Amino acid sequence: MENRITSLLKKKKENILSIYFTAGYPALDDTVSIITELENCGADLIEIGIPFSDPVADGPVIQRSSEIALRNGMSIQLLFEQLKEIRNHVSIPLILMGYINPVMQFGIEDFCLRCRETGIDGTIIPDLPLEVYEEEYKEVFERNSLCNIFLITPQTIDERIRKIDALSNGFIYMVSSSSTTGAKGSVDQEQIAYFARIQDLNLRSPRLIGFGISDKATFGRASSYANGAIIGSAFISALKGAEPVKSKVKLFMDEFH
Amino acid sequence: MNYQIDDKGYYGIFGGAFIPEMMFHNINELQKNYLGIIESESFRKEFRQLLEDYAGRPSPLYYSDRLSEHYSAHIYLKREDLNHTGSHKINNTIGQILLAKRIGKTRIIAETGAGQHGVATATVCARAGLECVVYMGAVDVARQSPNVEKMKMLGAEVRPVESGSKTLKDATNEAIRDWINNPVDTHYIIGSVVGPHPYPDMVARFQSVISEEIRQQLKVKTGREIPDYVIACVGGGSNAAGAFYHFLNEPQVQLIAVEAAGKGVDSGESAATTQLGRPGVLHGSRSLLMQTADGQVIEPYSISAGLDYPGIGPMHANLFVTQRARFLSATDEQALKAALYLSQKEGIIPALESAHALAALEMITFKPDDIVVVNVSGRGDKDMDAYLKYFQSQK
Repeated sequence: MENRITSLLKKKKENILSIYFTAGYPALDDTVSIITELENCGADLIEIGIPFSDPVADGPVIQRSSEIALRNGMSIQLLFEQLKEIRNHVSIPLILMGYINPVMQFGIEDFCLRCRETGIDGTIIPDLPLEVYEEEYKEVFERNSLCNIFLITPQTIDERIRKIDALSNGFIYMVSSSSTTGAKGSVDQEQIAYFARIQDLNLRSPRLIGFGISDKATFGRASSYANGAIIGSAFISALKGAEPVKSKVKLFMDEFH
Repeated sequence: MNYQIDDKGYYGIFGGAFIPEMMFHNINELQKNYLGIIESESFRKEFRQLLEDYAGRPSPLYYSDRLSEHYSAHIYLKREDLNHTGSHKINNTIGQILLAKRIGKTRIIAETGAGQHGVATATVCARAGLECVVYMGAVDVARQSPNVEKMKMLGAEVRPVESGSKTLKDATNEAIRDWINNPVDTHYIIGSVVGPHPYPDMVARFQSVISEEIRQQLKVKTGREIPDYVIACVGGGSNAAGAFYHFLNEPQVQLIAVEAAGKGVDSGESAATTQLGRPGVLHGSRSLLMQTADGQVIEPYSISAGLDYPGIGPMHANLFVTQRARFLSATDEQALKAALYLSQKEGIIPALESAHALAALEMITFKPDDIVVVNVSGRGDKDMDAYLKYFQSQK
């Protein structure tokens, strides 16, 4: 399977910077501005969060942004509307990230089809288990050229990591520690041992490290053990405040140059 | 038809384990080991002994003369309210604490709505000497304060949850987040037949002692093991699961599940999931779920904190769609009235949750020979504020 994710991963092997934000936050119509500005400022990959009322894998920052986004009126339907013409001016890979229930209610088949029509390259659905994906969803995702990205954690045993590696057609999302999103902003010895253990498995899939990556220092540290890293909560926190959203994006991204 | 769990962890199309990878290790460990542990001779022996000596089982099956006369049928009350800690919840927490010890966990977390499960968890943790953290919605902390004080006295830490509707659903979210952050030392004692497989089945098995006893007690009292009706309230549905368990494959027994209609099923303030919900995924399993067209979970409402939940256990969702159980609903008002009636006719003050099951007696036309068992899942001490308010408004 070939799409913007696979070509990015072929082209760039290190320091891939992926940014997550919640669609509909801070304002309902910020989605396209945020994506455009992130590309202008050098993001390699963007994860667009579909807000859910009960985000159990997320810490307070993403919980709060999801709550506000829902109050603002965000939905999958509206998100696809907002992104209708995104491929006229954005060329980096775009991933939709969200919980399974809203996707199920939208309809898996329709969801994948709309992703393809919109130019979405991948999905991250944390509460869609590997086994259910393999049995019920793999075919329709692949038919629509969608890379479904799986998570691994410090608790994931090698045998399962191998299975995830074989099933992945994009990258593997390495959760940096046993935590919900937006945890502590440092990288400790225990995490480094885990990063090194995974590195030694010589997986075929590239790896990006996420959860607890908040700034240039943690990004650089994580990237040295993988192909890059993902920033979510720290970016969302930076979107607070009254300034125009594009300047807040630029201010946050300036650090990485 | 089989109403029990299948080997993949489903009840028909409901159930499964829709969990983030961060929970996989713990859930997988439970899936692989729970049956082996809880069916082992040593576990069963210890569990049975504690149910008897510590929880005070068997709980009586009480023939209510006055309800029987009033409803023109033979009404029996299964007195789970007489258990230690005041409800059926202790059956499950005794089981799970023994399991947690056997798998080497040293810290316990739980969610609670009415506080009954929180108290039952704090109780077994005190006895086992394990650290205990209970998540409870801030709204529930306020409306069930006696239970909050009990948990504290028992040595547990009660963490009020301020997110969402600040009730049971949100307490469950927060407990799941705690487990994600503490995967190694912690066991999550879920209080109802909800959550990812194997929780619905595991909790149902621990609660199945209720229907096991009903069969034995009825046999002694009436000469037959099988009643015509079993009636229980359903929030997540653990007391109903226990009361129905050994009757699931006895088609002549009518199983009646009573949901909380709140201020009325169509009032916008209700928790009657089977009437208002459709299939969806929340807290790790596929079941019926109150949700918007976009798949966002709707915040439920009931005067009863234990029934104030937007879903039901997957076993019950399957009983509903297969029509094995009949689902009724009782409003706040109907439940309060039923609680007052039982208090004044039998001298038993039931929990608000159980009062919903009692309210169903008004909705069914019985034959004079019918044997009816109502599961009185808990006692009403914790609900005295709500009862007093109602009582005064009736004067």
